[in-house]
Amino acid sequence: MIRIALFLAVFLMLSGCSGNWGWYVVDPRTATGMNNLRFLLSGLEYTVYLSAVAITISMSVGLLVALPGLSPFPWLRRLSRVYVELVRSVPLLVLILWVYYGLPQLTGLSMSVFWAGVIALALSDSAFQAEIFRGGIQSIARGQYEAAYSVSLGYRDTMRYVILPQALRRILPALGNQLIYMLKMSSLVSVIGMQELTRKANELVVVEYRPLEIYTVLVLEYLVLILIVSSGVRWLERRLQSDER
Amino acid sequence: MPEDSAPLIQFCAVSKDFGAFRALNGIKLSVARGERVVVCGPSGSGKSTLIRCINGLEQIDTGRITVDGVTLEPGGRGARQVRGKVGMVFQQFNLFPHLTVLQNLTLGPMRARGLSRAEAEETAHRYLARVRIPEQADKFPRQLSGGQQQRVAIARSLCMEPRIMLFDEPTSALDPEMINEVLDVMTELAQTGMTMIVVTHEMGFARRVADRVVFMDAGEIVEMAPPEQFFTAPASQRCRDFLQKLLHH
Repeated sequence: MIRIALFLAVFLMLSGCSGNWGWYVVDPRTATGMNNLRFLLSGLEYTVYLSAVAITISMSVGLLVALPGLSPFPWLRRLSRVYVELVRSVPLLVLILWVYYGLPQLTGLSMSVFWAGVIALALSDSAFQAEIFRGGIQSIARGQYEAAYSVSLGYRDTMRYVILPQALRRILPALGNQLIYMLKMSSLVSVIGMQELTRKANELVVVEYRPLEIYTVLVLEYLVLILIVSSGVRWLERRLQSDER
Repeated sequence: MPEDSAPLIQFCAVSKDFGAFRALNGIKLSVARGERVVVCGPSGSGKSTLIRCINGLEQIDTGRITVDGVTLEPGGRGARQVRGKVGMVFQQFNLFPHLTVLQNLTLGPMRARGLSRAEAEETAHRYLARVRIPEQADKFPRQLSGGQQQRVAIARSLCMEPRIMLFDEPTSALDPEMINEVLDVMTELAQTGMTMIVVTHEMGFARRVADRVVFMDAGEIVEMAPPEQFFTAPASQRCRDFLQKLLHH
């Protein structure tokens, strides 16, 4: 996959030599090009940081929502269901605008762009995380609970030491997907002024007016970032699997 | 009354329904300390349900079960307390696949009995030696044969130092050549004086080890007798039919 990405990059560079491309805007051999490249890459840190914080929160919330969804009490299950359905129905972009512009009016507290972004992303993702966790936990055989109860473990220890470690291994590919989704969706936070990858590209386009080259660099930035993340997830999967064999 | 003569387990008119299906119907049964009881009967007769009620894996619907002084009643909360006294071995072993053999054995003692890691591991090694697989401590369950896995499961229960051991068809999922290694371990356990209730179709084991054989059909205890009497002169027709099928297949 990394090789394909590099091939694509080289191909685009070469075609830039002949056609209507103006690669000079991001040509590292010139001072302006180098500056522009640095400017574009400076958003990377925010994209990664924002996504990392948001996914940590959304996984925790997702688990907290999934557990009552598996309870023997119908009203707890309904509560979990309602949360998932409500949150899942709101488009992420709408949620971002609502959290950043709407929520401060409601609470009277102003919010930084970063935390508004984190809250909107985490909230939106938590509904999907809850469904993933629910499926993963449900896939564990009843016998595992019975064995844990029969050695006197309570509900919490059973979940913590027996059920969740197994469920996590099974849902790892789905969690990886969710992380990738999060990295991509974080681009939407640019609309409220978060200085992440997409916002930087937008700002540079306004100055240089070379959208083709600049957005191509942006595409490559996401491509490389996500290929790295997905190979990381796959490495983790392999490691955890070999653990059990 | 001296403590030893009181039954360790007592069922008083216990019934259990799964929806419209009556799994147990007015069960009365007493098991004395140190007694070995084998439960047999056709599939669906309620024998697994019977022993699963003893450690609260199934909630009973009517009646009462007393286990070593703890009472289990419909909607009651005694299950957790009973599980500290009762070990259980399952047909499908139910080992924790993500943990090593040693971790399987130390989890309960460390989390529920409050043992330190060193104490728990010492206990674990002792019981692994007793089920004759001391060298497998660091393997994962799926690296072991079925017979070895079931012996690990037995050791896992013993590490909780239970007063009663329940076996739910412990050899039914095993290849024939592995059945004896598990039965041998169970026989040795019986010789230590452990109170055991074993659901099984291994009639040879019942003859050798059981003090009493309980025959169940349609959620009821149909017959209960010492093995020699049970196998040579069963009183009921249902029991005779069952033994016929078992011995002549």
